Amino acid sequence: MSLWQKIRKTGRVAEPAPERAPGNVLPAAAELGGSVQLRHVDAGSCNGCEVEIASVFGPVYDAERYGARLVASPRHADALVVTGPVTRNMEMALRRTYEAVPEPRLVIALGDCARNCGAFAGAYGVTGPVSDVVPVDAEIPGCPPRPEAIVAALRELTGR
Amino acid sequence: MNLVGTLFCTALAICALSALAGLATPTRLRLPLAGLGTAGAGALGTAAGLAALLGESWSAWLPELLPLAGVRLAIDPLAGLFLAVTGVVALCAAIYGIGYSRDGLDGRVVQAAAPLFVAAMLLVPAAASVSTFLVAWELMAITSLLLVVADHRHRSAVGEAGLWYGVMTHLGFVAILAGLLAFAAGAGGESFDQLRQAELSPALRGTVFLATVVGFASKAGIVPLHVWLPRAHPEAPSQISALMSAAMVNMGVYGIVRVGLDLLHGGPVWWWMVVLIAGAISALYGILQAAVSADLKRLLGHSTTENMGLVLIGVGAAGLFAAWGNAVLAALALTAALLHVVNHAGFKTLLFLAAGSVQRATGTRDLDQLGGLRTRMPYTTGLFAVGALCASALPPGNAFVSEWLLLQSLIHALPTSGVVGAVTMPLAVGVIALSAGLAVATFVKAFGIGFLAKPRGPEAARAAESPPAMLGGMALAACCCLVLALAPTAILPVLSHAVAVALPGPGAVTGEVSLHLAGISSVISPLLIAVALGVAVAGTLALTRVVATRRVRRAARLWDCGGGPMSARMEYTATSFAEPLQRVFDNVLAPESDVDVTPVKESAYLVESVRFRAKVPDRIERRLYEPVLSVLTFVGRGARHLATGSVHRYLAYGFWALTGALIMLAVFQ
Amino acid sequence: MGAVLQVVLVAVGSPLLVGMMRQVRARLEGRAGAGIGQPWRDLRKLVRKEPIAPDGTGWVFRAAPLLLAGTVLVVAAVVPLVSTTSPLDEVADLFAVVALLALGSVALALGALDTSTAFGGMGASREMIVLALVEPTILLSVFALSVRVGTTNLGTIVTSAVADPLAVISPASLLAAAALAIVTIAETGRIPVDNPSTHLELTMIHEAMVLEYAGPDLALIEWASAMRLSVLLGLLTSLFAPWGIATGNAGLLALLLAAVVVIAKVALLGALLAAGEVFMAKLRLFRIPELLAGSFLMALLAVAASFFLA
Repeated sequence: MSLWQKIRKTGRVAEPAPERAPGNVLPAAAELGGSVQLRHVDAGSCNGCEVEIASVFGPVYDAERYGARLVASPRHADALVVTGPVTRNMEMALRRTYEAVPEPRLVIALGDCARNCGAFAGAYGVTGPVSDVVPVDAEIPGCPPRPEAIVAALRELTGR
Repeated sequence: MNLVGTLFCTALAICALSALAGLATPTRLRLPLAGLGTAGAGALGTAAGLAALLGESWSAWLPELLPLAGVRLAIDPLAGLFLAVTGVVALCAAIYGIGYSRDGLDGRVVQAAAPLFVAAMLLVPAAASVSTFLVAWELMAITSLLLVVADHRHRSAVGEAGLWYGVMTHLGFVAILAGLLAFAAGAGGESFDQLRQAELSPALRGTVFLATVVGFASKAGIVPLHVWLPRAHPEAPSQISALMSAAMVNMGVYGIVRVGLDLLHGGPVWWWMVVLIAGAISALYGILQAAVSADLKRLLGHSTTENMGLVLIGVGAAGLFAAWGNAVLAALALTAALLHVVNHAGFKTLLFLAAGSVQRATGTRDLDQLGGLRTRMPYTTGLFAVGALCASALPPGNAFVSEWLLLQSLIHALPTSGVVGAVTMPLAVGVIALSAGLAVATFVKAFGIGFLAKPRGPEAARAAESPPAMLGGMALAACCCLVLALAPTAILPVLSHAVAVALPGPGAVTGEVSLHLAGISSVISPLLIAVALGVAVAGTLALTRVVATRRVRRAARLWDCGGGPMSARMEYTATSFAEPLQRVFDNVLAPESDVDVTPVKESAYLVESVRFRAKVPDRIERRLYEPVLSVLTFVGRGARHLATGSVHRYLAYGFWALTGALIMLAVFQ
Repeated sequence: MGAVLQVVLVAVGSPLLVGMMRQVRARLEGRAGAGIGQPWRDLRKLVRKEPIAPDGTGWVFRAAPLLLAGTVLVVAAVVPLVSTTSPLDEVADLFAVVALLALGSVALALGALDTSTAFGGMGASREMIVLALVEPTILLSVFALSVRVGTTNLGTIVTSAVADPLAVISPASLLAAAALAIVTIAETGRIPVDNPSTHLELTMIHEAMVLEYAGPDLALIEWASAMRLSVLLGLLTSLFAPWGIATGNAGLLALLLAAVVVIAKVALLGALLAAGEVFMAKLRLFRIPELLAGSFLMALLAVAASFFLA
């Protein structure tokens, strides 16, 4: 019962969806038609980006309302969300994860590390940015990127 | 001699000739001659049985054949049913055996004993007097024992299995012998006709029934007399396993129906309550053991105990309903039980033969080592799938039909059966449901782990498909299963003749496509369910073909979380598949595990190796048999002290025995 | 006529039901939710994607989704949702319906085992255990329901419930309803037995079995799971609250009306189920047998009540 009162008192916590220009969809994602399943790959991240991803799918930003959802298997996914610079240990794993996704498939490089290795550039354990390993379709800059930026990028995939 | 008699006698004669061929011909000719002979005898036995089921009965008295009593034979529809079942099983198993026996099982004894075993199984239901019945029964026991130990040179477990089987089957024989002799003495004659007309006291009737039920239950592998079954059935050569598990165990059911319902004309409620409870316990215990078993043939053996338990639930319910005066439901329950006997014979033959193919191709029966046979043995895989579907009592399999009939008879008993029924029937339904559910899990395990996925051991990776004779035997059994599954309405009217022998009355099930029951308005149609399912699957396939835009299936590596390639050791095994079940039924199964940790020399905290062993012992065996066996061993040791080999001592025994006898005479005269 | 309408209704409406239930959960959790059309958008996208044949899988893996969907479609035609008169009523009774649904689960479990991955094996093993333990409850509930009418054919059971509305609130009926409700939750893989939206492989039952499926195969499985949920919920409402169902030779208008009523009832039940899930956590796997044993006891009591209180 206390949970019920809490639900009533809290009400809706999701912030209103920000305006966005219609028709602004990534061409590669057009075929998906408003439904994008994401498989997250941590290729060597410091976990800062993961915290932001968690908040994106939390109640406040609620990316699910735009048709994006995190899934457990790359077979179910349409897009990979890759965070962190690609470390040497994760290079093959990332490649195999990409292979496991059925066509059409997209890759989002999330955060500065994924785009250009960020603070880890030139480190001995790092192979390179994500685009060196698998083709990248969208990039989200920031260290870490703000949830609003991630939501905006995801909406370009779902078109909603 | 009419058609039934001619067919039956020809079948027996062919069996004898095949046995001779097995003994006398050179190795190269032996297999095809004995095998084809046995197959022919099986086909003739089936024909005789079917003719008897259709209403032609036959009887004969051969006074010269056995001293004192002579041989008395009679084939009525009930006997005909069991003849037909035995015949079909023998036909499939014999064809299969021609291919299977090439490796090491082509010896004279095996090839001669197998036709005799079939002949004995054809004789048991045809016997119409106590002496004939007992002789046929003993012949069946001895020939099957010979066949169980056929492989004793290669595996040590065979000898132990033979010992257990020999002892248990003879204890059962003693019980049947005592029961039937008491019956014959009370009736004043030993032919079944005289027994039918006997007027016995209720106490004697009860004793006869209990003694024979104990004997017959031990043959049917009913708990707690089942301990020989999961030993002997797996260790026998596979076509013999099929004969034993699909045909021989039925003789136990035949005996209970013949003696309890036909010769004794039914009895009080407690008789049938005993049968029903024994059946229920067997069904649950058997399938639980099967569910946690990782040995393919042992699993099938335990499943036989389960299915015989289900049959006895039906027989017990039939007796109960008859005792309560509900003839319609009694006929339905017995119909369900007998149909389940037929269905079980079909799928168990198929499964044991397929398991034999696997054992021959891989050299192992351990499910934990199998897998990946789908690509290497495609036909065997498909045939085993048919058998597994039938065994798991799902539509469109055949066991679904008989279990459906059984459930219908139980759930519609409630309004008329009083408080005892109101307590028993729901529990019986619960038992059937749980055993059906566990059977599904068991056969998903057997098929999914044994045949699908990737090979778990090097033996499975080298497997090759079986020769045509073996595939032919299995395909024949699979066809029988499919006919039984899709057209049970073709068999049920004939089956009702067999039911009428034990419980006179009209047939309980009618209908041409759908099954209509007498007095109950529940209807199903197994054929139309299969058709509807086919249409729905085809429709779904067409729909996906139409809407899907990318048609080409891309081959990809398994999703291994991006890590290295997956090895066979990462796969789920039969043991791991059954582990949650084992935990849920912890209290019943009482699994044992022990862990040995060997530390390295330098420090007790660093581990060098860990050994883990787990096994699920048969709890009934441990609690019931081991104490008895240890007492027997103790007594045996004591007896050894009495016989030391000293002549003086033996003379003293003689002296004291003589003195004792004289004193007794002096006192009592 | 009624059967065709039912199949179409279930085929089209089930994803919407799932979307509605997700929406209810989202709102209760303070989120906005993706809208009730989202499962259909997911399905549309999945059928356009590429099918994949993972290394080492064969015909069992490919046939499993088809058989799963096929069984549910047959059940949707048999179960009285809109009308009590189905041409298939003589074909399959309540036992057959239960067995057909089990056949679907078996197909999926075998498909999962065929992949030879550890997750597939784990999911299959757990699914089979739940299935085995659910079976006694279902059959005993069927028993309790059929005692009153003397048949297990669904049309007759529902018709008699329509004719005698007070029988629905008898103790036997209420206990059977509670038992069947728990069974429905277990069979459809909802909280507290399984969590349909989990990402953690170790807590999954159903999701673990489908990890290797992609594209159209996955679409079939998701579609079939949704249909299974709505058929079972529909069955529950038809057995225990059959008001508004078309009986006898109903005309088109009556059928449409009945369809609207059944949609409303199933939607309400679905919303209740979704709301209930917000208040509950998933049970540990080895606590599930206790839950199912409880439901078995209720079913047993239902049978006893139907005899002793009749």
